[in-house]
Amino acid sequence: MNAASVKNLSIAIVCIVLAALIPFVFNGYWLSIALTAMMYIALSTSWALFSGPTHYISLASGAFFGIGGYLVATGMSDYNLSFWLMMAIAAVVATVLAALIGMATLRLSGVYFVIFTLGLAEMIRNLVSWVQNNFLGSRGLYVLTDFTEAHIYWMLLTVSVIVFALGWVISQSRLGFAMRIIGNDETVARHVGINTAKAKVLLFMTTGFFAAIVGAIIAPRYSYIEPNLVFSPELSFLVVIMALLGGMHRLWGPLLGVIPFTLIWEAISIWLPNFTTLFLGLTFLIIVYFLPNGVVGLLEKLRARVAT
Amino acid sequence: MDILISGLLLGGTYVLIAMGLNLQYGVARIMNLANGEMIVLGALASFWVFTTASVSPIFTVVLIFPVALLGNWLVYRYLLIPLVRRAKNQGQLEVDSILATFGMSFILVGIVVSINGEYFTYSFLASPFEVLGSTVALNRLVAFVFAVVIALVLYLWLNRSRAGMAVRAVSVNSASARLVGINVEKVSALAFAIGGAVTAVAGVLISTFITLDASVGVMFTMKALIIVIMGGVGDIRGAIIAALILGLVETAVATLIDPGLTLAAAYLIFLLVLLFRPQGLFGKPQT
Repeated sequence: MNAASVKNLSIAIVCIVLAALIPFVFNGYWLSIALTAMMYIALSTSWALFSGPTHYISLASGAFFGIGGYLVATGMSDYNLSFWLMMAIAAVVATVLAALIGMATLRLSGVYFVIFTLGLAEMIRNLVSWVQNNFLGSRGLYVLTDFTEAHIYWMLLTVSVIVFALGWVISQSRLGFAMRIIGNDETVARHVGINTAKAKVLLFMTTGFFAAIVGAIIAPRYSYIEPNLVFSPELSFLVVIMALLGGMHRLWGPLLGVIPFTLIWEAISIWLPNFTTLFLGLTFLIIVYFLPNGVVGLLEKLRARVAT
Repeated sequence: MDILISGLLLGGTYVLIAMGLNLQYGVARIMNLANGEMIVLGALASFWVFTTASVSPIFTVVLIFPVALLGNWLVYRYLLIPLVRRAKNQGQLEVDSILATFGMSFILVGIVVSINGEYFTYSFLASPFEVLGSTVALNRLVAFVFAVVIALVLYLWLNRSRAGMAVRAVSVNSASARLVGINVEKVSALAFAIGGAVTAVAGVLISTFITLDASVGVMFTMKALIIVIMGGVGDIRGAIIAALILGLVETAVATLIDPGLTLAAAYLIFLLVLLFRPQGLFGKPQT
C-alpha cells in the first residue's frame, strides 16, 4: 500500500466513524433526515457503479427498492417469516430480475434500456396490486420489528460501506477495467475481446441487489406497507438526480450530490410542497447544461484553476 | 367484435401520440421524454378554453397546432441544439437529451399542477354511436377520424413533397444529408416542431374521452416509446400498425382479464419486440 492509499483509507475510516456516531448526537428530526440521506447514499452509489461507466440511465431503482420493501412486508405479515430471511429472498429476487432485464435489454442500445426501466416500477406495482386484489385479498401489510431509527440507520450505513468497498474492489479488478473501456468506446471494448453484455449485466445485477436490500431495510421504518407506497417511480428519479448532481466518475461523487440535495429537498417539501416537481425538473436542466460532471467535476475544475 | 372496434379506436389515438414522437426521434434524434407532457398541455388547453369560453375542441385543434409548433421549435432551437452541437457522438446526445427532456417533463408537470392540479373533466360529444353493431362514444370516433386524416397528411407530406424528402433524408442519414445540401439543423428543428404540434393535437383529441390530470403524461410517453420502437424508428407506417396492435391488445386485456393490467400487457409486447425484432416490425437489421 502506498502513501496515497493509506491516506485515503484513513479518511474513509474517519468518515465512517463520524457517520456511525450521528445517532448519538442527533435524534428525532435530524436523525430521520440523516437516515434518508444514508438511504440515498447507498442507492445512488450502487446505481453509479453501473451507470457511471456505462452511461446507461437506469430508472429501475424504484422497482427493486419496492421488491425489497414489499417482499419483506408480505413475508412478515402473511407468513410470519423473519425479517432477515425475507431480506435475503428479496435480494435474490431483485438480482434475478435485474439479470433477466439486463439480458433482454443490455444487448441493445442504451435507449431501449432507459425506456424499459422507465415504466418498470409502475408495471410491477400494477401486477402486484392485481395479484393482491384477486388472489390474496386486499389488505395492508404490517412490518413490526424492534428496530429503532438508529438501528435502521446503522444497517444502511453498513450497506453503504459495503457498496463503497465493492466499488473500490471493482475499480481495481478486471471487471472495472473492462467497464472503463466499455464506457469510453463500446466497439473498441468488443474488439479487444471483452464480453460487454456480460459485464454490463453483472453490474446491473449488483445495482438491483443493493436497491432491494435498502428497500427491505427501510420497510420497518414505514411499518404499514402497500404497493403504492414502496413502488414509487419518484424514487428512481431522485436516485438518478442525486448521483448525477454529485458526479459519477468518482466513487464518492454521489455522496456530494446526496447530502445537499436531501437537505434542499427536505426544505422544499416543508415550505413549498407544490414546487417539488418543478425543482426536480430544474435540477435536471442545471445538471445537463451547467454541471455535466456534477459537483465533483466542478470542484476538480476549480482546483485545477487554483493550481495553475 | 366490441374489442376489435374499441381496440382500433384506441389504437387510432395511439397513432397520434406515437407519430409526433416518431418524427422527433426518427429525424431530430431527440428521445423526447416530455412527449406525454405535451399531450397533457394540449388536453389542459382544450379543457381550459372549453370550460371558460365553451370553444369546441375541434376548433382548439386548429388553434393549438401553430402555438405548439412555435413552442416546440423554440425548445429545439434554444435548449436542444446546444446539446446536439456539444455531443461528440450519438450515445452522448442520447444521454443528454434524455436527461434534458426529463427535466422539461418535470418542469411542465410542475407548471400544470400549479395551474390546475385537478382532473380535466368536461363533456364533449359523449353520445353513443353505432358502428358495425357495436356502440361507441361519438368523441372516440371523431378522434379516430382525426388520427386517420393527420396520419394521411403526414404520410403524403413526407413522401410527396420536397420538404418531406429532406426530412426523410435526415432521418436516414444526417451526415450524408448535409453533403447533398440539406440544412440538417433546420430540418431537424422543423421535424421536432411538427412532431410536438401533432402530439399537442393528440392531447386535445384524447381529452374529449379520457380524463387526464397533470401526472398521467409519463404513461403516454411510455406507450408512445413502445409504439415507436415496435414500429421501427422513423417509420410512420410501422408506427401506425404498432399503435393499432397496442390498442387492440390493451383493450383485449382490459376487457378479458383486468383493466389494471394494460401496462403489463404493453410491457409484454415491448419485451417480445426487444427479444425478437429490436429493429422494429419493418426495420432492417442494424449493421
